Amino acid sequence: MAKHETPFLDQLESGPWPSFVSDLKQQAEVRAKNEAGVEFQIPVDCVDDLLGVVELSYKHGRTHWKHGGIVGVFGYGGGVIGRYCDQPKLFPGVEHFHTMRVAQPCGKYYTSDYLRSLTKLWDMRGSGLTNMHGATGDIIFLGTTTPQLEEVFWELTHNLNQDLGGSGSNLRTPADCLGSSRCEYACYDSNALCHFLTNEYQDELHRPAFPYKFKFKFDACPNGCVASIARSDMSFIGTWKDDIKIDQAEVAKYIAQDPAYPANAGAFRGSKDWGPFDIKKEVINLCPTNCMWMEGDELKIDNSNCTRCMHCINTMPRALRIGDVRGCSVLVGAKAPILDGAQMGSLLVPFIEVNPDDDYAAITDLIELIWDWWMEEGKNRERLGELIMRQGFQKLLEVTNIKAVPQHVQHPRTNPYIFWKEDEVDGGWERDVDEYRKHHLR
Amino acid sequence: MAFISSGYNPAKPMENRISDIGPRKYDEFYPEVIKKNKGKWSHHEILEPGVLVHVGESGDECYTVRVGGARLMSTTHINEICEIADKHCDGHLRFTTRNNIEFMVDSKDKVEPLKNDLKSRKFAGGSFKFPIGGTGAGVTNIVHTQGWIHCHTPATDASGTVKATMDELFSDFQDQRLPAQLRVSMACCLNMCGAVHCSDIAILGYHRKPPMVDHEYLDKLCEIPLAVSACPTAAIKPAKVTLANGTEVKSVDVKSERCMFCGNCYTMCPSLPLADTEGDGIVLMAGGKVSNRISQPKFSKVVVAFLPNEMPRWPSMTDAINKMVNAYSNGANKYERLGDWADRIGWEKFFEVCELDFSHHLIDDFRQQAYLSWRQSSQFKF
Repeated sequence: MAKHETPFLDQLESGPWPSFVSDLKQQAEVRAKNEAGVEFQIPVDCVDDLLGVVELSYKHGRTHWKHGGIVGVFGYGGGVIGRYCDQPKLFPGVEHFHTMRVAQPCGKYYTSDYLRSLTKLWDMRGSGLTNMHGATGDIIFLGTTTPQLEEVFWELTHNLNQDLGGSGSNLRTPADCLGSSRCEYACYDSNALCHFLTNEYQDELHRPAFPYKFKFKFDACPNGCVASIARSDMSFIGTWKDDIKIDQAEVAKYIAQDPAYPANAGAFRGSKDWGPFDIKKEVINLCPTNCMWMEGDELKIDNSNCTRCMHCINTMPRALRIGDVRGCSVLVGAKAPILDGAQMGSLLVPFIEVNPDDDYAAITDLIELIWDWWMEEGKNRERLGELIMRQGFQKLLEVTNIKAVPQHVQHPRTNPYIFWKEDEVDGGWERDVDEYRKHHLR
Repeated sequence: MAFISSGYNPAKPMENRISDIGPRKYDEFYPEVIKKNKGKWSHHEILEPGVLVHVGESGDECYTVRVGGARLMSTTHINEICEIADKHCDGHLRFTTRNNIEFMVDSKDKVEPLKNDLKSRKFAGGSFKFPIGGTGAGVTNIVHTQGWIHCHTPATDASGTVKATMDELFSDFQDQRLPAQLRVSMACCLNMCGAVHCSDIAILGYHRKPPMVDHEYLDKLCEIPLAVSACPTAAIKPAKVTLANGTEVKSVDVKSERCMFCGNCYTMCPSLPLADTEGDGIVLMAGGKVSNRISQPKFSKVVVAFLPNEMPRWPSMTDAINKMVNAYSNGANKYERLGDWADRIGWEKFFEVCELDFSHHLIDDFRQQAYLSWRQSSQFKF
């Protein structure tokens, strides 16, 4: 028998998509029965009370959670988000219901053994509710009380070799696509780079010393599966400098409609019949730079005009492959619309090497130059993108010692209001007005 | 319930403390076939919606079955995922960046038993636990935020709007009939933890009433300078207020016409609540993308300024989403993303074919970039 009536939420149990309500109800029941004999350290009926408080929100059209409050684990300034219910008398099981962010493994691969060790811990010391995963990428433990925070942290670090993630004005837990672990498009090992930088910058991740949040995300190719260009202060997008590799025999198989060579690797295998594959219509004519053509049976690419958009490779992955001189482009300053409107990442480094042998020195050097500037000049709650807007892209180039190149812009500026610096003008700005007046009478 | 210590000693918090160890290393969790073929993959193929094969240069094959799921997930559900992974996948699995779960096996004969097992599992309420799909030219899982489950500033629920939407779009989760992939995202307030601003379709919770000021308690509960500085539009200033009983208290004044309804002040000061039954609701945005494929990444545009919160299934919202998906499906060319299609036909046509109303709310008036979205041309369609 449910603790609270939930007529609104009950209506979200039908329909084919997995119902979070059904899952919550199942969890409430498992806790109530406690067949596993768990020694619950927070109220056994917290999930019932969560259903109750969410039902009340469905009735009112308003949330019943209060602002955070300062809770955390000793020595860290992030990783825990305080949360309190505004109807504690009605729902005592969720009066204190804090979130813990647990750093996810890169690529989000797991073993069942490891996941079970997490669920066991969280059943005992928390609600047993999670997000797999939060928007930034962390494993989210949803709902525990203040005294359990240190206990969970202790068990994570001592028994599971596992740390918390970031929150607040610090480096947020970096996130990546699955990269070369299972993708032929990967231009670098995003799992390795993401893991290295996450560990390299643990201090920045746990102890807020930044003006605001800072995010790294790693997309191993321009398809952008982890959306780094839209939502990370520094976006690392895999790319290559040399030629797309063409296997003409495989091109011929696409043209010949070989069933093992479906367009776009089978992405259109569905209820709509798009007709036979047409290389001219589907590949050559859609190339954004028109740098492809057929010469007889041979597909040709003018690689010097290719912008590596991935369309042809996505469409014919068995015939076309990324080049061999691989690295990544670095784009900076992306953020959601708060406050000055959304910003997409802007290209700062067209190509940077991704070299594990020197601990990615080119990348860490760049990161640290950017952080030095942002920590010095950034205002409270000012994202990197906003600082770049305020002080200018030229300033960013100056602090990172990067030479301006046309790749930095969509087009050159449309106004001539150039703020020349004195040292850029021959003879400087100190002049003798009397000398001037000898030739130009007052 | 007796307190059980983990070993932590509150009197000596630094004793035997372990910190700064980061996440577990990714490769301890790789399945064997991944470990062996990493960096040496030849190609992949989507065999049917939700089922992929990756082929290594070695000839090894990795079959993946992708299933959707609610990102709000219980340990009971995770334990069931583990049971499936043990039964079929040598105890390995992964999650995608869009809250899907991927079960990987190393030979084709293991795929059908895995699929059948996944298809057979349903929640008591009748929904699938592990629906197979989410690949290719279809709809994949919605990335979203907390909503009424766990956040203090949402203007709508996240899990509920997502469930309602995915039920409507379910056939497209299991099909690949669309012109290209269609990414739907959800954020429950304009702070956008979920960063939905570059999605083909974005569902966004939005408040429309400025915060109420709880004058009697504000100075007792809040640091007034923090509340003032929390406001991104400088709409809040310190004020002295006389209460009904004649007492003068320190409080704040909110310049309502400057409020953009973000809730940052409420985060700093619980005496400034802004949630409201009639004020809160849904904004729909469309036409964004993050991929660099063919066209450059682009922002989503606001296409529906406001829809009320209609619990529990938000029918006006799902109706508008359905209209957009159908118009896109009927009108776009193969490989054309929703935003590229809208750009090609023109946004005036977009509103016509999607049967959506246009209003003054949809014309940008926020700061300088607003100008860039107005039409500086005599080219338009009647």
